Amino acid sequence: MRLKCLIAGTVMAGTLAGAALPAFAVDELHVPLFSYRTGPYAGSGIPIANGMHDYLTMLNERDGGINGVKIRVTECETGYDTQKGVECYEQVKGDGALVISPYSTGITLQVIPKASVDKIPVLSMAYGLSAAAEGNTFPWVFNPPDTYWDGASAIVTDIARREGGAENLKGKKIGYIFLDAGYGREAIPLLEQLSSDMGFELMQYPVAGKEMQNQSSQWLNIRRDRPDYMIMWGWGAMSPTAVKEATKIRYPMDKFYGVWWSGGNDDAAAGGDAAKGYRTLNFHGVGSDFGAIQDIKKFVVDAGKSEVDPAKFADNLYNRGVYNSMLIAEGIRKAQELTGKTVIDATDMRNGLENLDITEARLKEMGMEGFALPMKLSCEDHSGHHKVYVVEWDGKDWQKSGDWFSPDVDMVKPLLKKAAEEYAASNAPWPERTEACLN
Amino acid sequence: MLYRESGQYKTSYTADQAIFPIREDRIGMGIIGVIALAIPFFVSDFFLNAIMTPFLILALAAIGLNILTGYAGQLSLGTGAFMGVGAYSCYKLTTIFPDANIVILVLLSGLFSAGIGVLFGLPSLRIKGLYLAVTTLAAQFFLEWCFIRIPWLYNYNASGAIEVPERRGFGDIILTGPSAAPMTQYFIVLAIVVVVTLAVKNIVRGRIGRQWMMIRDMDIAAELMGVRPLTAKLSAFAVSSYLCGVAGAMFIFFYLGAAEPSAFSITLSFQILFMVILGGLGSLVGSFFGAAFIWGLPIVLRAGFPALGIGIGAETVFHIATMIVGALIIFFLIVEPHGLARLWSLGKEKLRVWPFPYG
Repeated sequence: MRLKCLIAGTVMAGTLAGAALPAFAVDELHVPLFSYRTGPYAGSGIPIANGMHDYLTMLNERDGGINGVKIRVTECETGYDTQKGVECYEQVKGDGALVISPYSTGITLQVIPKASVDKIPVLSMAYGLSAAAEGNTFPWVFNPPDTYWDGASAIVTDIARREGGAENLKGKKIGYIFLDAGYGREAIPLLEQLSSDMGFELMQYPVAGKEMQNQSSQWLNIRRDRPDYMIMWGWGAMSPTAVKEATKIRYPMDKFYGVWWSGGNDDAAAGGDAAKGYRTLNFHGVGSDFGAIQDIKKFVVDAGKSEVDPAKFADNLYNRGVYNSMLIAEGIRKAQELTGKTVIDATDMRNGLENLDITEARLKEMGMEGFALPMKLSCEDHSGHHKVYVVEWDGKDWQKSGDWFSPDVDMVKPLLKKAAEEYAASNAPWPERTEACLN
Repeated sequence: MLYRESGQYKTSYTADQAIFPIREDRIGMGIIGVIALAIPFFVSDFFLNAIMTPFLILALAAIGLNILTGYAGQLSLGTGAFMGVGAYSCYKLTTIFPDANIVILVLLSGLFSAGIGVLFGLPSLRIKGLYLAVTTLAAQFFLEWCFIRIPWLYNYNASGAIEVPERRGFGDIILTGPSAAPMTQYFIVLAIVVVVTLAVKNIVRGRIGRQWMMIRDMDIAAELMGVRPLTAKLSAFAVSSYLCGVAGAMFIFFYLGAAEPSAFSITLSFQILFMVILGGLGSLVGSFFGAAFIWGLPIVLRAGFPALGIGIGAETVFHIATMIVGALIIFFLIVEPHGLARLWSLGKEKLRVWPFPYG
């Protein structure tokens, strides 16, 4: 009996393995999404994945895809784990993927060197390697609308504005609490530079990934050090924990800044009423009063084609997912326009993203007037260093606080250039750009 | 009928002591060898890159842990960190000596790991079992802390990650880095794993391996019979950490391509421990079974559900795969507590008397 079981088991396993070969189809645009709806980062990952997925589904439902070609959206679960991310990358690479959205700085760092070899563009929207904004060094990587260094610079700019000028920052203490991983460390070089330029003291409070939900020791130190401002680079379960701890030590919340990724509704809501005043950066609209968002509601959510919890529809991170998918869709549209084909490949997609030019008129046409600012990329600049604004938590929702303003681009750009050169040198021989520039 | 050793007479001690004394086993190994050499020509890059290469590397790591836990009886939870030591030392070596052949550096980096392993193995002379597990756990956390907090180890990289540079060798073939062909990397990994496994097999069958097993089965009796616990235990730690170090270096250089410290977390240690327990303690072939099961099954399940046309969300597939793997581990351990290796040898015994079983 045992032998039969053994044979039967082997045969079954074999069939399953055989069935696992990917199927190919034609006339479609394959957009894989690396998502994480499981694990400690799911709190941030779910709204992002829903927003991205729903916008693309809406285009399929409303317009029948992009210029008549359906988008095939696939999700690959990474759990924010770099190993699984690489596995996902290998999986979609052979499946006609047009663009990779890793949604993790760690995974982005892993796929950057691979992408230029496999000729697949990586769209790390406002995350990933800041230096990747240098299009001549990283022709296959895009990080619009802003890099982390822009983010750090923007926060310090806003603090300087409130203090009445950059010169008043001298002698101030600014604390930096960050996820101790590729993501949180990305901003450190710039903050250190700013601290030596402006004369404020930078105090670092790293939070290990495993200890995200236990930050009492860090906040104990913060209570002792009493920094004048706090900046947070948090993601997943880290952000709500930090907000809660900050309210516990009665840190003045209006002096607590998060980067755009720490701006989930659930992140701020964790602090309850006491979290009022907590602020994060943003580069897209909040709420559902936009044509495109209403279309998603009509064609996707109300039609039961979405996984989103209706109560969390159009929250801040959901809208960010929508914004990200809008960039993907516009990249595809631009690539179709440039090549004259409707079915494009990853190389065309790269050109499409590089020549991305979203005008005010185009935003209006998409139903995104007021949702986002016009943006434009070029061969040299894959990020654009666009304007951002600050949103403030009012206890229930995010409210716009102040106007759109620009990060200190003149300061960030040369540093990015230097960082890109360093990256290329330490990864020598780094391939020279051979892709033609179309703009 | 197919698998019977009757009529095979050994006429020399050499023949009797061979690794595979039965002719059918040698034929079987030959077939596996041919398949291993031919497989890259028939499968996709995904299969090679995401399944075969990491499977072989993790099998080597499982063999490493099996030496320590299965053969020498010293429980360790620091496997992931020892792999990390191998990876980081290989990275440092290749940035200091960019012209040296990477395969040699991979094999050398195991020595650093062996050194660290011996150091953290010292407490094993005084403590046993769970208490020893706690000290290896300390090694895990301490080394992980080093990977994060000592910037020299990752050449002061701003993101704290190590990125594998491109290295050529064997007549200008690209061996590592993103441009390396999956096939090249597979063959290098295969060669290293086969050679090292053969070496380990011979160590395990010889004097040193027998010392380990004596220590495992009853250390006092072993000591009375003249086995020195110091050399036996520390050599087990050294060999085990060496293998883990080599596996860790290969994991980064021939599979991942870049790594954050979190790649060598306690999760990896547990993953390898599960491979060893499920595969079978004290069995080399079991290490391969365990690695194939733990690494391969989730991938097959994840790729299998959509291929069978079951349209469910990616995260549901993920949850189901996790549940199935967990359930199967429990199932296998209830049905066969000695692991897949025991199941394999039972299968072989049944096959010997097939199709006319007796008794």
